[in-house]
Amino acid sequence: MNRAVLAFALRRAAATLALLLALSLLVFALLYLAPGDVARNLLGTRNVTPEALARIRELHHLDEPFLAQYWWWLSHAVTGDFGTSIRTGGEVGPLLLDRTGVTAATAGLAFLLSVLAGVPAGIATAVRRGRPLDRMIVAASVVGVSAPGFAVGLILLYVFALGLGWFPVYGTGEGFLDALWHLVLPAVALACGLGAFVVKLTRAAVIRELDQDYVTFARGRGLSERRVLRLVLRNAAIPIVTSLGLMVAYLFGGTVLIEVTFALPGLGSLMEESVLFKDIPVVQALTLVVALVVSVTALAVDLSYLAIDPRVRARAVRR
Amino acid sequence: MVAILSAVVLAAVAVFAAGRELLAPHALDQDVYLGVVGAGVEGHLFGTDQLGRDILQLSLAGARSALAGPIVVAVGSMVIGVLLGTFAGYRGGIVDMLAGRYADLLLALPSVLLAIVVAGLVGRGYWVTVAVLIVLFSPSDVRLVRGAVMEQTPRPYIESAKILGIRPTRIMFRHIAPNIVPIVVANLLLNVAFALVALSSLSYLGLGVPPGAPDWGRQLADGRALLGDNPLAAVVPGVLIILTATAVNLLGDWLSELLDRRVVAR
Repeated sequence: MNRAVLAFALRRAAATLALLLALSLLVFALLYLAPGDVARNLLGTRNVTPEALARIRELHHLDEPFLAQYWWWLSHAVTGDFGTSIRTGGEVGPLLLDRTGVTAATAGLAFLLSVLAGVPAGIATAVRRGRPLDRMIVAASVVGVSAPGFAVGLILLYVFALGLGWFPVYGTGEGFLDALWHLVLPAVALACGLGAFVVKLTRAAVIRELDQDYVTFARGRGLSERRVLRLVLRNAAIPIVTSLGLMVAYLFGGTVLIEVTFALPGLGSLMEESVLFKDIPVVQALTLVVALVVSVTALAVDLSYLAIDPRVRARAVRR
Repeated sequence: MVAILSAVVLAAVAVFAAGRELLAPHALDQDVYLGVVGAGVEGHLFGTDQLGRDILQLSLAGARSALAGPIVVAVGSMVIGVLLGTFAGYRGGIVDMLAGRYADLLLALPSVLLAIVVAGLVGRGYWVTVAVLIVLFSPSDVRLVRGAVMEQTPRPYIESAKILGIRPTRIMFRHIAPNIVPIVVANLLLNVAFALVALSSLSYLGLGVPPGAPDWGRQLADGRALLGDNPLAAVVPGVLIILTATAVNLLGDWLSELLDRRVVAR
């Protein structure tokens, strides 16, 4: 039994590794995607002299076959060496690390907000299916899912920062509390879409469980509504946790727009700047890091089921 | 009720998209001397932007790029989804394997992020961006259609069609296809809403449409700097994006519920 579970976990990990390898090939190919000569693109705005071009070609092994170049790039990338940024001329790795804090804080706060608000709201609507509160929250969640974060962000900025003056307009602030204060509006804007999504999927998962025979049976046996709900929630937890894992990907997409809107110096705004400047080494590094985080999260979610749910364990072994 | 309201909103957006030249003829008229003014000044109901363009007219004119691109994205990714998904679901084997890996690969990255990277590095045209989004949206369509086809394939009517010796392509597109139309259509509408958000996100970052074109995302980007002078320059297009995307989503939800009920009734 245990060996079978381990084999499944290893297979799943190997699949993730293969996916990441394929993705890294795609990411490396980004270099060739931009129009024009690769060496010139890498040189950017610096003086284009024949010597400089030759040096860049040598530095990036551009005269070697594609796969050799890819191998050379990848073997450096896994050690955290993504080359130098075209825009700043500095190392890409430290640049990324420098920007990670703001993004992690914003995304973490948004994730926390959307889960803390979304899961209870989803449960409340599922229990009161069809009643006014349910319809109201469901309608609100459709608006939340539809509204792009940057549009919400700008409206929040207008109302709460410029209009009421409760929050700062942009920047990161100094000290812990002030920094947190600066991150409230961005996190709320990011959490709007995410929270609405959490409400929708929590509601669907809880309703699916409420319709099961075991609930009818438990009620028929005279179990209190509270204890029934506890059973339901335990069963509904699995689809909810999976989707929370998937939301990490969504957060990374949203954070670019939010950081640009609120002028936060995070990874998202670094991505925007680098794409607009065609700073390809930075774009490559960022894309690869996001892919890594997203697929490792998916892997972790999958494997955590094995630990949590014996039914999933049994199914994985049978396969 | 909700569905009717959404349909009315969308019809209005469609009317302005189609008749942009007639209904908002002065959308691009600049008045640099006037510059940015607030609501109500010199007959500008919602004020003007930094180039002195009327916000109301500009926003109405933006309806076209808010509707045309997303519809093309949704239809394009639906076509890829139906073709690839049907083959993968019906034939299985290597086609299925390749389609599955293709979907895995693209779904492993957030699509908005990928769109930003590809649109930013390849080029900045509106239709280039639309093409990029078609490719990025298609994996979920492929998965959806594949699942639906795999559900139909073992059913008796397909078995008998096979025994009758009907060509596989005919079975796929004449026998199975009509039965997956409801799911595909409901998903089409949801994709329009997602594409609207994605496209306006890209133009917000300056990647979708050329500078100066009437587009809600671009208006928001320009309006961000004008929040102090004329907040409506950002608020009006922002509300329009939210309203339109919500209307499309509500219509999509309504449609898929309706179709679900019909399936259950059968």
